[in-house]
Amino acid sequence: MHQFEEQAEIVRQEQLAPEIFRLTLNAPQIAAAARPGQFVMVQTTAGYDPLLRRPLSIHQTIGNAQVQLMYKVVGKGTRLLSALTPGKTIQLTGPLGHGFELAGKDSICLVGGGMGIAPLYFLAREIMRTNTPPKLIILLGARTAQELGPLPRDFHDIGATETFFATDDGTLGHHGFVAELIEKHLVPENKWAVCTCGPHPMMKAVVGQCRKQGYECQVSLETMMACGISACLGCAVPRSDLSGPYLHVCKDGPVFKAEEVAWL
Amino acid sequence: MNQPDLRITIGNLVFKNPVLTASGTFGYAREFEPYVSLNQLGGVVVKGISLEPRRGNPPPRIVETAGGMLNAIGLENVGLDRFISEKMDYLRGIGTRVIVNILGDSLEEYQTLAQRLSDVEGISALEVNISCPNVKKGGVAFGTDPAMAEAVTRAVCAHSSLPVIVKLSPNVTDITQIARAVEAGGAQAISLINTLLGMAIDVRSRRPRLANIVGGLSGPAIKPIALRMVWQAAQAVKIPVIGIGGITTTEDALEFLLAGATAIEVGTANFVNPRASQEIVEGIGRYMTENRINGISEVIGGLVLS
Repeated sequence: MHQFEEQAEIVRQEQLAPEIFRLTLNAPQIAAAARPGQFVMVQTTAGYDPLLRRPLSIHQTIGNAQVQLMYKVVGKGTRLLSALTPGKTIQLTGPLGHGFELAGKDSICLVGGGMGIAPLYFLAREIMRTNTPPKLIILLGARTAQELGPLPRDFHDIGATETFFATDDGTLGHHGFVAELIEKHLVPENKWAVCTCGPHPMMKAVVGQCRKQGYECQVSLETMMACGISACLGCAVPRSDLSGPYLHVCKDGPVFKAEEVAWL
Repeated sequence: MNQPDLRITIGNLVFKNPVLTASGTFGYAREFEPYVSLNQLGGVVVKGISLEPRRGNPPPRIVETAGGMLNAIGLENVGLDRFISEKMDYLRGIGTRVIVNILGDSLEEYQTLAQRLSDVEGISALEVNISCPNVKKGGVAFGTDPAMAEAVTRAVCAHSSLPVIVKLSPNVTDITQIARAVEAGGAQAISLINTLLGMAIDVRSRRPRLANIVGGLSGPAIKPIALRMVWQAAQAVKIPVIGIGGITTTEDALEFLLAGATAIEVGTANFVNPRASQEIVEGIGRYMTENRINGISEVIGGLVLS
């Protein structure tokens, strides 16, 4: 197993939007092993409040030495994380779980919403680095243009030119839901492999669209999780037939085939 | 000075040090292979096993609380047959003692588990879970009633050639009563405490945060209660006591040993820091060297009261 526990030094902490941060950490073992869609367990404090590490997907690796995370401040843990400054160190476990699997796909669409965009950037970058990149369409949704921060430019810079946006307030791209862009931009003649990550209702809508069109779909799920290494069994999700043993997001996922899991 | 001697004895079993891992927090050990030199641990207590596989509770199963967490996993496990066929091969090779935690709904289930596991090579002892508060039937009744606790201990001991450790529930009025009952039933050791029954509510939705409504509280938040109960139990029985409950650091472990525990189990700390158990082994060794303590027996029960 290529999993590591590293004491990671903070290289950069950037505020991208009012509550959104991008954290760059020096973690060479994790960086060298990480694949798009995998996650790390991040210590937010050396104390006991909050007690547990936070699962965060890898936004990208830089030069096989650094791990970059993008996160939104949603509670005490992420608040403490956002206050950490360069030179400080935190414990990091990873890379964990299974990432996206796209070998041999020639038409790929990534659909991200909010912080769910974080791992899709890593994936898009890896796709664009291949010798003959497949057709790649990227659909990104957020509440506002401001919430997307530098992401539109980041995706453009890696050569993902067919990137389209949807915002709740209409400040960038389509005024509405990102799932609505699937019908608009994907020609049904292609055999699309769709990868999605974001809020549950958004992914549910994406999965619905894919089912309707017969597209293959991979989803990256998020749950409460104590350990990230399949010891606590806290991250259970029901299978699509609602029977049999539960799946566990940390080990069986976080990326699943959409048809494996229940969409309640 | 020589290396300090961390070895402890429970029944006729010698452990290389007093640091074990608590059931349900260390998987089947393999999960921790990337992080811990398993052979450095005193022993590993594996995830609780029932006769048949158990699916566990629906999510959400865990919630973080101040200095701790609530869990209602519902004893999800692969069941006895798959445990023996899929997990034991690996466990036989980890270079430390393997203790198998067992749980059941009836005396017969405990007996069958005890009997079948006695025939499996590579198991050092059984730890009997009579205390898990998560499953609606069984569990609670065994651990909270002295007569039932004694009966289940007797049943397991009668059907097993392995040393039997009984893991106590803290959700009782008088822990010493249960400890004595289990000793009378023939247990070679007791371990305590299991989780404390707790609850959390989401005030926005007004719904419980756990699908099971209630769950077991663990982590640093429960350490003072666990320490008090271990201290009380250690005075009440002659058999060795294994201390469990919020142990996160070397100092925590030493407190339990001073209170009278012969060994300790590291639980929730494994989730927070996968290297916690090994760090505690190393820390106890350093503490002994620094304080010129030759043998761990000089620490166990060393609480000074006057």
